[in-house]
Amino acid sequence: MTTEPHSDPDVYSAFEGDLPGTVTPSALRRRLRRYVPALVLAFLVLVVWELVVRVFDIEEFILAKPTEIYSTFLDEFDTVVEAGWTTVREALLGLALGTVFGVLAAVATARWAGLREGLLPFAVAANSIPILALAPIANQWFGLTSITAKAAVVSVIVFFPVMINTVRGLTEVDPGELELMRAIAAPPREVVRRVRIPNALPYFFSALKVAAALAVIGAIVAEYFGGRTASLGFYITQQAGAFKFAEAWSAIIVGSFLGIAIYGSVLLLERWAMPWHVSLRTADDR
Amino acid sequence: MSAVDIRGVSKVFGSGPGQVEALKDIDLSIESGQFVSLIGPSGCGKSTLLRLVGDLLPPTGGSLTVAGKTPHEARLSRDYGMVFQQATLLDWRSVRANVELPLEIMGASADERTARAEEMLELVQLGDFGGHYPWQLSGGMQQRVAIARALSFKPSLLLMDEPFGALDEMTREAMQDELLRIWERSKRTVIFVTHSIPEAVFLSQRTVVMSRRPGRITRIVDIDLPYPRDEDTREDRRFYDKVTEVREALREHE
Repeated sequence: MTTEPHSDPDVYSAFEGDLPGTVTPSALRRRLRRYVPALVLAFLVLVVWELVVRVFDIEEFILAKPTEIYSTFLDEFDTVVEAGWTTVREALLGLALGTVFGVLAAVATARWAGLREGLLPFAVAANSIPILALAPIANQWFGLTSITAKAAVVSVIVFFPVMINTVRGLTEVDPGELELMRAIAAPPREVVRRVRIPNALPYFFSALKVAAALAVIGAIVAEYFGGRTASLGFYITQQAGAFKFAEAWSAIIVGSFLGIAIYGSVLLLERWAMPWHVSLRTADDR
Repeated sequence: MSAVDIRGVSKVFGSGPGQVEALKDIDLSIESGQFVSLIGPSGCGKSTLLRLVGDLLPPTGGSLTVAGKTPHEARLSRDYGMVFQQATLLDWRSVRANVELPLEIMGASADERTARAEEMLELVQLGDFGGHYPWQLSGGMQQRVAIARALSFKPSLLLMDEPFGALDEMTREAMQDELLRIWERSKRTVIFVTHSIPEAVFLSQRTVVMSRRPGRITRIVDIDLPYPRDEDTREDRRFYDKVTEVREALREHE
């Protein structure tokens, strides 16, 4: 699995033209085949779930049957999709704001060492505060039904991991690379552009992947404290309160899809931004 | 004019009781086009001396000139190319883009960069690998890319800090042959730091023997073996004699 040093150039010509980023049809088929076990497992879980509920005659308010959730989901489709639309806007707006401010704060912190020493301990501490607890206060500030109130909570949740990781990526640079840049008399601006920023990309994307998942969770939980009628969190609390659990589950399905979709988009973005990275080297590239 | 002139140079790291005298009273003059090796035990300051020449560290005392300028001026006018023990290729750049890096920073046009990178990759026999990423290359190939990068802007001086130290013996000898071939073609001045006695003898015209605590020059051995040097040189009686001479010079000061 590791890159074993070879001296024989023939070893390399074997994969010429199959560089990272290029997908041959056979490689694509191999990649798809990798998902087969996961799909089979998911199907089996649903079957077992259905059987358990039927065999033990479990009440709907304890656990709803997958078939029932599915038919309710179809009935309630317009409602839950509308609710999802509100939630996804909050999540995306919060993710965007948190990321932009997180990166800006990281660049400033990495640039000025004084700022870094003063600010970073606070950022690390703030990262462990339950920021969601601020949701009722944000509702008070921005209005209960405003998208901004939820986006604000999400942006604060997203801000800290993005900032902390990006600072690390900008500052934890191989000293050899900095010495090289000095030897070729590169001005500081060029060092940032050609070494620090590319070095920070993997750190930034690993934070963004965490943040993408947190954004959807953050938006839904913030809605639990009150929000628009057509929003996932509010809908889930309302339906669960009325013992309509199949409805609640339908909204959870939408929330799950949103989370996966946003996470998947970040993965695609990552692939596009750094096709050279270790994590994206497939077995046949080695 | 000598390519590098070092007069009474000293270097002290730290201060107070913990200070280390890395270099003391170094005098060395290197003619233009010469291949000079610095050899000595770890801690003799050979890499430090190379870094003073390259303005990667400031000297504590004495004076240095590189191509008649201060090391600082020489660095800013890119009079030297540097090769480190690690290839230090940037992971996110293709082999070609790594070779082009110094040219990009110097503001060369895209056409010029491409042409020069191709030329340099041909020179180190990696013409077909421009589109590869560094991790797809073996250690020896990566180090060849680092040499191509150091030569890409045609500096008159090449500073090499144990460039083949991390390679296996076979690759190492192949790299030495290749370096001599490149040097004979371009006749640049080379300062080559190593701790391998045969490597120093095989490559250089002069081998500067250093000892430690404090780091100083104890002997300069002229290696008057004819170029081109090849496999026969490695088995030549006179080659062994020179290896022995350098070894004894190193041992005298242990």
